Amino acid sequence: MTDTAEEFVSKLEIEFDDFEPGTITPETKYREMEEWSSMHALIVIAFINAEYNVTLNGEDLRNTETLLDIYNITKSKLN
Amino acid sequence: MGAKIQAISYYLPEKVLTNHDLAERFTEWTPDEIEHQTGIVERHYSAEGEIASDCAVAAAELLFAQHNIDRQDIDFLIFCAQSTDYASPTTACLIQHRLGLRTSIGAIDINLGCSGFVYSLSVAKGMIEAVGMKNVLLLTAETITKSLHPQDKATLALFGDAGAATLVTNAASARPNIGQFVFGTDGSGAEMMIKRNGHFRNPFTHLWGIDYINELDQVCNDNCFQMNGIGVFSFSMRTAPALVKATLEKHHYTYDDIDLFIFHQANGFMLDVLRKKMRIPPEKFFTYIRNCGNTVSSTIPIALAEALKQGKAKSGDKILLAAFGVGLSWAGTVIEV
Repeated sequence: MTDTAEEFVSKLEIEFDDFEPGTITPETKYREMEEWSSMHALIVIAFINAEYNVTLNGEDLRNTETLLDIYNITKSKLN
Repeated sequence: MGAKIQAISYYLPEKVLTNHDLAERFTEWTPDEIEHQTGIVERHYSAEGEIASDCAVAAAELLFAQHNIDRQDIDFLIFCAQSTDYASPTTACLIQHRLGLRTSIGAIDINLGCSGFVYSLSVAKGMIEAVGMKNVLLLTAETITKSLHPQDKATLALFGDAGAATLVTNAASARPNIGQFVFGTDGSGAEMMIKRNGHFRNPFTHLWGIDYINELDQVCNDNCFQMNGIGVFSFSMRTAPALVKATLEKHHYTYDDIDLFIFHQANGFMLDVLRKKMRIPPEKFFTYIRNCGNTVSSTIPIALAEALKQGKAKSGDKILLAAFGVGLSWAGTVIEV
């Protein structure tokens, strides 16, 4: 994909309409965020599916800690 | 000779669980958040002792009364449910007697969940077009709320109880009103939605359920229905668009040929994501989940009945039905009403 990790995260932030702009970065350990819920995981899956045509599953997400991990796993599935 | 959906009626139990009720129980949640995340504001709960076959019988009585149908004309009965009365006998046999249907009819259970209505419709069509039946009574029902864990807020927010009765009849019309079917099955995903205990693999007498926390941080109990929400969402994102595509191709249709799309009403948020992904305009995508939740095998007949009632589905319209879920199991077809 042509998006950098930063671009990936800023696009994702638009999808999370309940997050203040600038609160997430590629290094964010998303599960540690107070606002994080299972709904956000669904939004991540839906966003990646719509934007990059990659479908992540629960196991893919379980193996990630940061948003950069999610970016990398998405990128690896594209290749 | 051709099978046609002649009439649909449905029954929702009186008791209701609202988002306010849920937010009182799960204080980290607000009613607005629940609505935003599920597209649901209330779900119906069966009364104590009221089970799936009771909902099915209530729906059938409504069908006979609302559409002036003589029960003596029914010559085949299908009961589609996973919450059956007993391990044996077949619940459809009990329902034949309760509804006062003739003893010279056939009656079978079909054990499927979310995909069950479309599968059962294919059997009804076959019974009419291949076996020569005239009137097939297709009942779908589930009282899944009785199987939910009281602390599993995700499933509590989604599911509700209902029964639906559909009369499939030999319309003797020039062309078939129920089209071709596409099926799919993948048992490798069985664990995504499962109620483990209470049948022969894990009888209740040997393994009483104890609460535990699964790898997704959900409170679980093997006596209860449990769902891997992320897994199911991911499965639906992959399966529903492919199912719709295959169903269209089987009929040599494009998206534009379809007047209305009705999917299994699993979750309002997910339906919206799927609709956008498939670029279906909102006016051609009917949802009916807000006031009843996900009623498993009854979501499609309930939505279809409402689409007809509200004038969203009109005579001669081509309606694509797509159902997917527990099994994993999926099926699609195109009907004309």
